[in-house]
This record gives sequence, structure tokens and C-alpha cells, in this order.
Amino acid sequence: MSFWKNCKPHIGILGILAGAIFLAIGALQGQFVVIWRKAVMICLECIGIG
Amino acid sequence: MKRLRLAVQLLFTIVTNGYMYGFLNGKIYRGSLKYACIPGLNCYSCPGAVAACPIGALQALLNQRGFQIPFAALGFFFLFGSLLGRFVCGWLCPFGLVQDLLHKIPVFQKKKRLPCHRILKYGKYVVLILLVCVCSMFLFGGLAKIPAFCKYLCPSGTLFGAIPLLGANEALRGQTGGLFLWKLGILIAILFLSVKVYRPFCQYLCPLGAIYGWFNRFSLVQIQWEKERCVSCMACEKACPVDLSLKEISRSPECIRCGKCVDACPQKCLHFCGSRTKTTKS
Repeated sequence: MSFWKNCKPHIGILGILAGAIFLAIGALQGQFVVIWRKAVMICLECIGIG
Repeated sequence: MKRLRLAVQLLFTIVTNGYMYGFLNGKIYRGSLKYACIPGLNCYSCPGAVAACPIGALQALLNQRGFQIPFAALGFFFLFGSLLGRFVCGWLCPFGLVQDLLHKIPVFQKKKRLPCHRILKYGKYVVLILLVCVCSMFLFGGLAKIPAFCKYLCPSGTLFGAIPLLGANEALRGQTGGLFLWKLGILIAILFLSVKVYRPFCQYLCPLGAIYGWFNRFSLVQIQWEKERCVSCMACEKACPVDLSLKEISRSPECIRCGKCVDACPQKCLHFCGSRTKTTKS
């Protein structure tokens, strides 16, 4: 039980590191460009038209 | 804490939707901030939105041809989730703020939960898996895949995106039809329900809450309970707007870290902390 309690904050930090790694991989694969392209056009589906 | 939370919610909503030119002219921001995602459910078609929506970003990546792991969206979820968990829901989400304000209206007897809460609370996971993931990967509208959650359900998109854009942009207004009426109906139903039930969208339908809830146990931001000082008065449980027990506070995927339990505790044995602080103290 105390092992689990000691590990928990480290899991949070590992999660943040994983997030940073995923963001880096996403950037290398050009996924941010996909997000940006979608975000800068009016999303007709989102506003109930498309 | 109540006033601080309201101030943070308002400030965050204003800052992340501060592109006033968009509201005045019926256009949206097209700058480089939209490479990044805001942590809460904030439609990127809101004329004021200065960054992207994480669920919208996830669907945009799943809508691509073939299948790629949506690393960029996962990166944002892991980053915000591991740091904050559902603190995002309680303090940073604009649609959460709207529901909070509606719940303050002094009409109807207030309820914390809907009947059959134990089953309905899994609705947000169904929305996440079916609408956000499966439908976005396989459902076509014409030749292109569609962001199914945004198209068929998201009330934040209707409230912050559709209504201001259609109000300011006559060309778009002429193109509305049955789909807009469907989404408007969903929005109105959720807003009415919010007056009586606490945050019904967050508790039962929000896919982003479902994702951040998974991180609640491990996030760095936690609500610490000092057992030695607790006198079991249960003031925290009475104050909790989502009806959690003391043991569930902060750990449960349903806890939105609103801090009402912290305010209510007469012994001051509940308080926000970083997870490392918690380990050091115990």
C-alpha cells in the first residue's frame, strides 16, 4: 500500500513525460498541421450546417 | 475558494475566447495559436477561440485517411490530465462554467444526480468510444469522414460556435437546417437540465471529462485528506456537488476538483496540493 502511495506522484510525472513525447511524435508526423488546418476553417459540422 | 474559482473560470473563458474581431465580423481566428489545444471543451469554431479544442483535434486526426495514432491529441490529454486531472473541468472549462452559473438560478429543487446515475455515468465513455473514436474513424459524410461528436452532439459548439457565428454571418445563417435544430434542441435540453441537476453534461455525456477522469488518481494536483484531523462530520460529503463519499474525493473519475469540500471542512483537513507534497507529508 505504501509502495503504491509512493509511486503515484511518479506516475503523474511519467504521464507528463509521455505527453511531451507524444506531442513530439505528433509534431514530427505533421499532426499539428492537421489540427491547425481544421481549427482555422469554420467547422460547418460543429455549427450545425455541414 | 468559491469566488476564486469563479474568477479563474471567467478569466480563463475570456482569455481563451478573446478574439473580439471574430465576434464582431462573424469570422474565426486563424493564427498560429490554433496549433495548440485549450484544456477544456472549447469549440474552435467559436469566433473568439484562440486555440483548438482537444476533442475536435482528436477527431480531426481520426478523420484522416487510413489510421494513424493521434499522438498530438494524446499528448495534450496526457499533459493536461497528468498535471491537473479533472481540475480542468472544475476550474477551466467554459461549458462547465455555463452549467455552474445556470445551476445557481434559484428555481426548482436542486438535485446532485439524475436517477439511475450508476448506469448513466458511463454514458460519457459510450460517447467517447462510439461517437468520438469509432464514428470519426468510419462514418462518412459524402467523401470525407465526419467529426461525429462535434456534428451530432457537442453543445459547446452550438453555444459558443454556432450561435455567435450565425448571429454575425448572414451567409451562414441561410444554410441552417434540420441538423442545426437538432443541435439547438440538445443544447436547450442540457441548459434547462443544468438548472435542476448539477452539471448534467459533465457527469453523463462529456468525452473530455471521461478522458481526464482516468488521470484523477495519478494527477499531480490532488485534494489531500489529513485523516488525523478528520472528525467524520461529513460536511465534505454534504457539500460535494456530485455526491461523492469522502474516500472518493479527488480519486474518483467523477470528482471535478471544484474545492467545495475544501471550503466546507470545519477542521481544514482537506486542501489542494501537489502530489509530491502529499507523499512528503504522509
